[in-house]
Amino acid sequence: MSTQHEGELLERLRRGEDAAFERLMREVGPRLMAVARRMMPTEEDAQDAFQDGMLSAFKALPGFDGASKLSTWLHRIVVNACLMRLRTRRRRPERAIEDLLPRFDGTGHAWEPSVEWDPMPEGGMPEALKATVRRCLDELPEGYRAVLVLRDIQGMDTQETAAVMGLSPNAVKTRLHRARQALRELLDPHLREVHV
Amino acid sequence: MSRPYLPCSEITAFLMAYLDGELPADRRAEFDRHLSVCPSCVAYLKTYQQAVRMGRDAASREEDVPEGLVRAILAARKDSAATG
Repeated sequence: MSTQHEGELLERLRRGEDAAFERLMREVGPRLMAVARRMMPTEEDAQDAFQDGMLSAFKALPGFDGASKLSTWLHRIVVNACLMRLRTRRRRPERAIEDLLPRFDGTGHAWEPSVEWDPMPEGGMPEALKATVRRCLDELPEGYRAVLVLRDIQGMDTQETAAVMGLSPNAVKTRLHRARQALRELLDPHLREVHV
Repeated sequence: MSRPYLPCSEITAFLMAYLDGELPADRRAEFDRHLSVCPSCVAYLKTYQQAVRMGRDAASREEDVPEGLVRAILAARKDSAATG
């Protein structure tokens, strides 16, 4: 959405025009819904978090100061709605990210040497493997999963991810690297099992 | 074959900066030297990149917002605006 287009829409939203809210839902909604789907374990959870986020955003709109882009601000609210729902529905304690990072001996050598995985088949990943990857993504600690979703899956840059998450750009880079390492670590036993 | 100067722990800790081309030239050269003699770190690098691709490919592609949900959210907003 261009800055001018966003400014016009914002004015109409502030005036409470029904058509402007509908336009916002149609234009920005799909990207926000995609984030919710990638953050939440089920479609139902994703729809609930999206709805919570959009209604919070509509309520908070009069206080939006325009310091960030409207779409960045909306992403922040929807991501927070997802994190809130994930926290309340969590049945067991979240794993610490440190437990999911590679381990080394006292001299800095890998505890267990890494081995290569087979390349993915030409036609893409089989559905069963996709489901495994999604389960591994669900195991990442929430704050790390959110950064990985925004950067690697949604394709946001570091600056915008930092704005959405309320983190510094350096903290985003650290979290992203750890999230990727943890995902690699969680996938490793599955791919070793299948391909070795 | 010369022994790698950097430990494997350093390679994994700074791997993203290495892949993003953010390391200074001398540091990058040390990384390259380590990778030329350490098959485990080469495997780590490849599987790290593969994990990123797999995360992307496995994620839901669906972007549409169900019409019923759009309507429900817009109706809820209108109700709440009407009741103040």
